[in-house]
Amino acid sequence: MSTAEQLKDLTEQKYRYGFVTEIEEDRIPKGLSEEIIRVISEKKGEPSFMLEWRLKAYRHWLTMQEPTWANVRYPKIDYQEVVYYSAPKQKRALGSMEEVDPELRKAFGKLGIPLEEQMRLAGVAVDAVFDSVSVATTYKKKLADLGIVFCSFSEAVREHPALVEKWLGSVVPYTDNFFATLNSAVFSDGSFVYVPKGVRCPMELSTYFRINAKDTGQFERTLIVADEDAYVSYLEGCTAPQRDENQLHAAVVELVALDGAQIKYSTVQNWYPGDAEGKGGIYNFVTKRGKAMARSKLSWTQVETGSAITWKYPSCILQGDDSVGEFYSVALTNHRQQADTGTKMIHIGKNTRSTIISKGISAGRGQNTYRGLVKMMKGATGARNYSQCDSLLIGDRCGAHTFPYIEVRNPTAKVEHEATTSKISEDQLFYCKQRGIPEEDAVSMIVNGFAKQVLKELPMEFAVEAQKLLGMSLEGSVG
Amino acid sequence: MAKSGCRENALLRVEGLRARIAAGPRTSSAPRSGAGEGDGAEILKGVDLELCPGEIHAIMGPNGSGKSTLAGVLAGRDAYEVTGGTVTYAGKDLLGLVPEARAAAGVFLGFQYPVEIPGVGNLYFLRTALNAIRRARGEEDLDAMDFLSLAKEKMRLVELDPAFGSRSLNEGFSGGEKKRNEVFQMAVLEPRLAILDEIDSGLDIDALRIVAKGVNALRRPDRGILLVTHYKRLLEYVEPDRVHVMAGGRIVRSGGPELAEELERTGYAWVAGMPPEAAAAAAAAGGARR
Repeated sequence: MSTAEQLKDLTEQKYRYGFVTEIEEDRIPKGLSEEIIRVISEKKGEPSFMLEWRLKAYRHWLTMQEPTWANVRYPKIDYQEVVYYSAPKQKRALGSMEEVDPELRKAFGKLGIPLEEQMRLAGVAVDAVFDSVSVATTYKKKLADLGIVFCSFSEAVREHPALVEKWLGSVVPYTDNFFATLNSAVFSDGSFVYVPKGVRCPMELSTYFRINAKDTGQFERTLIVADEDAYVSYLEGCTAPQRDENQLHAAVVELVALDGAQIKYSTVQNWYPGDAEGKGGIYNFVTKRGKAMARSKLSWTQVETGSAITWKYPSCILQGDDSVGEFYSVALTNHRQQADTGTKMIHIGKNTRSTIISKGISAGRGQNTYRGLVKMMKGATGARNYSQCDSLLIGDRCGAHTFPYIEVRNPTAKVEHEATTSKISEDQLFYCKQRGIPEEDAVSMIVNGFAKQVLKELPMEFAVEAQKLLGMSLEGSVG
Repeated sequence: MAKSGCRENALLRVEGLRARIAAGPRTSSAPRSGAGEGDGAEILKGVDLELCPGEIHAIMGPNGSGKSTLAGVLAGRDAYEVTGGTVTYAGKDLLGLVPEARAAAGVFLGFQYPVEIPGVGNLYFLRTALNAIRRARGEEDLDAMDFLSLAKEKMRLVELDPAFGSRSLNEGFSGGEKKRNEVFQMAVLEPRLAILDEIDSGLDIDALRIVAKGVNALRRPDRGILLVTHYKRLLEYVEPDRVHVMAGGRIVRSGGPELAEELERTGYAWVAGMPPEAAAAAAAAGGARR
């Protein structure tokens, strides 16, 4: 068998997480209207400010057009065919893991992240979102002792309405963009974190999201606020079961780092990418943005290997003087996956600094686009940016595209941009094989080497998983 | 062809080997460094060779004579297609094995142009290779600590700075460092058959001496080494048991170490059909290639 054939075999490996959990669900009729929004808000027992905010967003959304500028192609989405709320039925609040539905626990087990295990793992608290409602939260007490709030968004709305009202929409307003506005109207749940002044969160906070109910779009909303001089590291991991219909996912993540605070946000995204023909797969339209006040630091690290379509630009508004923004990204597209991802670094304050390291990997017929904006505003005296965008092509049917946008309005600002495109060559593969390393291991090793600069930014627990994921998502390629 | 009298126990026996560049698109640079002919052109036109355990043979010849192609075919590079002949290694057919299986069976190719793999640590790569080979042989993985002490010992042999262990594989290495790294890998992997493709090219005299020392240290009664080289220079440090001259895809002459001396004097022009006396004159006049 030729190298090309072997690689074809390997790249056509099936998604390992395709299963559906049979759990009784609480669903509402499909489609979107003010009535539906009222139902969602009521089911969640929300205060009136929340309902008002949702309705304002919905009314605004009606005036908006779905964006078409991204370098991705997909059939038109009928937003009236989507079910906007689905939650596993539960009789009462759960006190411990043992009370969690065994079916649900089994589903987590299949994902290789049993919660029991997670709980034992030193320093990882898990707020598991299963479909749209959080079912288990651990380590809550330990965090509460430090004054840290880590809970589902719904709970935050109920228990900490003042915090939510103060910060919700402060970074991503409900008018922001088509998908974020839709999310603002219908978001079902997500995570909320508040770290008080001067507190260093002693563990990585981690949430596994999972889309489960058939045809149910998932609209999480996450809000993380680090008060002055606080520190928090947050991990987000996602895996969705296999479906034939494309599933819509439009999340919003807002980060607020007050003076001297640091937020590190890491994502490993492994949603169903669709089959080799591009059938099925998640549409992932995400708005992630952080606001950095004086001397604060925001750091985004993402490993994106899943989804049929990825539309995602984790961004930093560097508002305070001496604030720092970082974006480390590995995006992998195989089969017919399309990713249009990158970041925006908006330098407003003096001496603000940003770093962008983007590694795009394209295999099969995958299309991978880096789109990034570096904007130096008038007041950004002494601001600096360094961007590096590297693309790795595997085979001859995939594509890599780079769209860097640079706007500089302050003459003292410095912007550097470097970009490379390379291929895994037959020479590299033969060298590895001659040394005894089988082809799929060789490809995985080369890809991990290519992504190393980003992977080393991930917290340890995630780095290992991410490495395996890269190998698994590819298991070879070259045409 | 010279017989060295180990017919039954030959480590490597090549008979009537013919090969050409495989059809189809390739990203490899290998075929272009071969005979300089297009797809489908035969580069090896009937190579005969026998290497006994414990022996070192040198294969010399002008550019484009097929030396590197022979090395590539023996290691299983799929840019080449074997069109005829047989290769027997340790009594078994070699050509039916995929490259990684040949490596597991103890065949090592020292590359003329070792590739760079960014982000993959030199020692990490080598440990992955060693353990892949051990696993293929049904042996246990060597653990990190044992590997490290083995690697340190072998790095000393080729005078590689330990800092090379954590650098990306061949990335930013000088020509000499790359070649020393090849010999280092060979020393760790301990092959039964080592094919070193122009391991001496691009080396200054000190690096050449270090590489030669590494090769000599690997000389063992059960190991065979095939040195593909353009120059006699390496052979002043590594004395071969046999010297073969390749031209036009065949071995046209074989002899003892003295054959290398003769080549140095006459150049390669005679293999293209010139009588040795005229070739020697041409070489003296600077007509010899390189």
